[in-house]
Amino acid sequence: MKVSITVSVNGRAHAAEVEPRLLLVQFLRDVVGLTGTKIGCDTSQCGACTVLVDGVAVKSCTCLAAQVDGSSVTTVEGLAANGGLAPLQEAFWEKHGLQCGFCTPGMLFAAHELLRTNPNPSPEQIRHGLEGNICRCTGYQNIVRAVQAAAAGGGRA
Amino acid sequence: MSVTVTAPAPARVFGSGIRRREDPRLLTGTAVFTGDVTLPGQTYAAILRSPHAHARIGKIDTARAKAAPGVVAVFTGADSEGVLNPIPCAWLIPGSDLKTAPYRPMAKDTVRYVGDAVAVVVADSAHHAYDALELIDVDYAPLPAVVDPQKATDKGAPQLHGEAPGNVAFHWTVAGGDIDAAFKSADVVIRDRIVQQRLIPTAVETRGAVAQYVPVTGELTLWNTTQNPHIVRFIMSVVTGVPEDRLRVVAPDVGGGFGSKIPQIQGDFITAFCAMKLGRPVKWVETRSENYVSTTHGRDHIQEVELAATKDGRILGLRATVWAGMGGYLSTAAPGIPTILHGLMLSGPYQIPAIKEDVYGVYTNTTPVEAYRGAGRPEATFMLERLVDLLASEIKVDPVEVRRRNVIPPFENGHAVVTGLSYDSGNYQAALDKALAHVGYESLRKEQAAARAKGRHVGIGISMYVEICGLGPSQVAGAVGFQGGLWESAIVRFHPSGKVHVFVGISPHGQGEETTFAQIVADELGVAVTDVKVVHGDTDNTPMGWGTYGSRATAVGGAALAVATRRIKEKAKLLASHLLEAAVEDIEYAGGKFFVRGSPDKAKTIQDIALMANVAWNLPQGMEAGLEASSFYDPPNFTFPFGAHVAVVEVDPETGHVELKRYVAVDDCGHQINPTIVEGQVHGGVVQGIGQALWEQAVYDQNGQLLTGSLADYAVPRADVLPDIEVLSTVTPSPHHPLGVKGIGEAGTIASTAAVYNAVIDALAPFKVRTLEMPLTPERIWRAVGGRKGA
Repeated sequence: MKVSITVSVNGRAHAAEVEPRLLLVQFLRDVVGLTGTKIGCDTSQCGACTVLVDGVAVKSCTCLAAQVDGSSVTTVEGLAANGGLAPLQEAFWEKHGLQCGFCTPGMLFAAHELLRTNPNPSPEQIRHGLEGNICRCTGYQNIVRAVQAAAAGGGRA
Repeated sequence: MSVTVTAPAPARVFGSGIRRREDPRLLTGTAVFTGDVTLPGQTYAAILRSPHAHARIGKIDTARAKAAPGVVAVFTGADSEGVLNPIPCAWLIPGSDLKTAPYRPMAKDTVRYVGDAVAVVVADSAHHAYDALELIDVDYAPLPAVVDPQKATDKGAPQLHGEAPGNVAFHWTVAGGDIDAAFKSADVVIRDRIVQQRLIPTAVETRGAVAQYVPVTGELTLWNTTQNPHIVRFIMSVVTGVPEDRLRVVAPDVGGGFGSKIPQIQGDFITAFCAMKLGRPVKWVETRSENYVSTTHGRDHIQEVELAATKDGRILGLRATVWAGMGGYLSTAAPGIPTILHGLMLSGPYQIPAIKEDVYGVYTNTTPVEAYRGAGRPEATFMLERLVDLLASEIKVDPVEVRRRNVIPPFENGHAVVTGLSYDSGNYQAALDKALAHVGYESLRKEQAAARAKGRHVGIGISMYVEICGLGPSQVAGAVGFQGGLWESAIVRFHPSGKVHVFVGISPHGQGEETTFAQIVADELGVAVTDVKVVHGDTDNTPMGWGTYGSRATAVGGAALAVATRRIKEKAKLLASHLLEAAVEDIEYAGGKFFVRGSPDKAKTIQDIALMANVAWNLPQGMEAGLEASSFYDPPNFTFPFGAHVAVVEVDPETGHVELKRYVAVDDCGHQINPTIVEGQVHGGVVQGIGQALWEQAVYDQNGQLLTGSLADYAVPRADVLPDIEVLSTVTPSPHHPLGVKGIGEAGTIASTAAVYNAVIDALAPFKVRTLEMPLTPERIWRAVGGRKGA
């Protein structure tokens, strides 16, 4: 049995027949073909798959594709509107907030969520806000600096 | 001290913390990692892994799996037997009585660790492949298992391989100086038993491969999560029999490695095998839980150590016996890690007249062990830094003072240590002084005393290190049994428009060489960094290289690039002299221009030269067209970065909780091409070492079940439990390196575990806690202090 869903991804509607067990992250990667969203674990610990669902950050491995029928999803490919870089992406670049870059798409959305709910976080609040996402390369320090810089610039996306 | 600077003084581009060139694609989701590669007709592999640590395999029934929806094929070890060769071990330590047992890509009759591959399903989707995996029936006859490398050598321990009686894979010894005399004349002997717990590297990208085989031509292409695509081609050829000229290996963007993407693992060969059998592309990507049993682990030493010293704290000798767990089989580089990269580094930054260490590499029923960031050097540094602190405590002298009394004095060009190495350059005391001044050591000690008086337990931990990297002279590699070379190569090619392509054999996976290598070229030739594109990772369009590990990519690959770039400059100068109608001796070069001495307006830019070389309308007699150079750089020695780190912690004895209050890192990697990237490497490295001290451990039960089998159970550091790392540096260039650089990838990890550990033990001094097993979890600390409130 398959489920019919229509999901707006980065502003474009995608209609598909999916297995009920299909995770949102698998839908995005394998059905829509947007591979920017990454899978780093199988227990919802790492946050590499974080995207926005109707503007709110969601670990897309914790969510079935069928659950987002009718929703709007934003992935890293759609974070910047104009083919350039969003302020958070610029800040990560400027502050060397990434090394291998595999956790980065999820980290950007964790930061996005943090700034959405707290536009002027302290470094401690940033660290707390990112604790659901694992980065093995940076030691987080430059990610914290990047989020601070994005907050100081007053923009996230 | 004044150091001899053999490299050019840092110019504007070299030494500048510019933004990375690789970032835009990584920030926008347009980077392509192995798991992102999908080919026409793509199929998906799922691998059945042994649930037993040690068992005989009886009948394997694949009938139901083969009939399951979407299944293309099911293969077992019987299918690959005779088709795939065993996975070779590539570091055959001489004089160690090495016993390599065959490591099959799929087990044939015996499994030796939880995760050993038994069968594979290929299906039209990953879901179908995993569904069918559950339909394979395997008759296992469980055998007794052993996971502790020391106990595995006991009489009566379960035996893994007939080839290796007593489970001993090798026994290696390093000895220098008169160790017996050292201990006979010692006033003080310090003893300790150190467990360097097993760690799981946990690159956020798991391992995986996509294989495509063209039956009619016999060509195999493999996209692979690897740190060293050229070695993959070599080993893949050995195992599959596909000749190297028909093998193409692509390391696309790679999501971290930390050593775990050096070796070729079972899944890589199984994926290639399936593609070859089916003539269809096959993709295999580990789940995280699969990664934790199938990709290599790190560390796993049990060390019994003794230090001989005088009563005023001068070290006379170091003696150790190490049992190094190798896992069920010897991984590619595994034997070299607890020996060459560990035992030879036991002098550290200290003058130690006599050293002897026996290392037993031991088979256990666990996932094979390989390099993990630092690879052998953290295990040496921790040993030394613990012993020095224990000595300080024993003779009641400040641990800084004990270090001062033993540290090797500054040297600029060569210092021999008793293990046989010659360090390149060092100024260890300067790094320590800088770290102590920055952290405010004297006042910290006063604050610590005041805090103790109030019942608060602050600890200060110091760690000094020297590490060996830039591996290494190939002649030495051969002498120590490494089954390959350790040189690097680079090609620099100018296009007619003056833009540059650089092709390198090394293959970074997060370290940023697309930027730092462009900086090297830009600095040497006066082109813009943005005009230099660095190409790596595809064996079909890059020159041979031996890989990115041991902090060697810049130390060796960067040197190759510098040499090639200087060759370009020599040719360009000849052409400039021809075009400017001046003697070559009169041609000078500055700011990207060749000009006639005394007439700076008579000049040709490097771009002018590139155009004229490429169109070749007017070349001097005998000069070939084009502006391109290559080099093969084999370093004359290793490089030896060093540093001193200080950690400050506060321990709550009521809960056992450790709060990291400050962390100061002073590292010396020679000249820095991009200080921002250097700082990032230090951050990440330090945090991984902190992880070992406080949180991380691969835990097996006595039956060989991995209890920390997912990220829900294995505790990697997270953002909210870490302080800002205060990063400083000193600069002592390597005297033998064309750019004066040394390497920085592993330094932080090598130093930080000991610094944090020493700080915790220092905090617990009032409780007379002398040693604890890592990680220093709240429970271990709470138990060690007896759950008491204060002392």
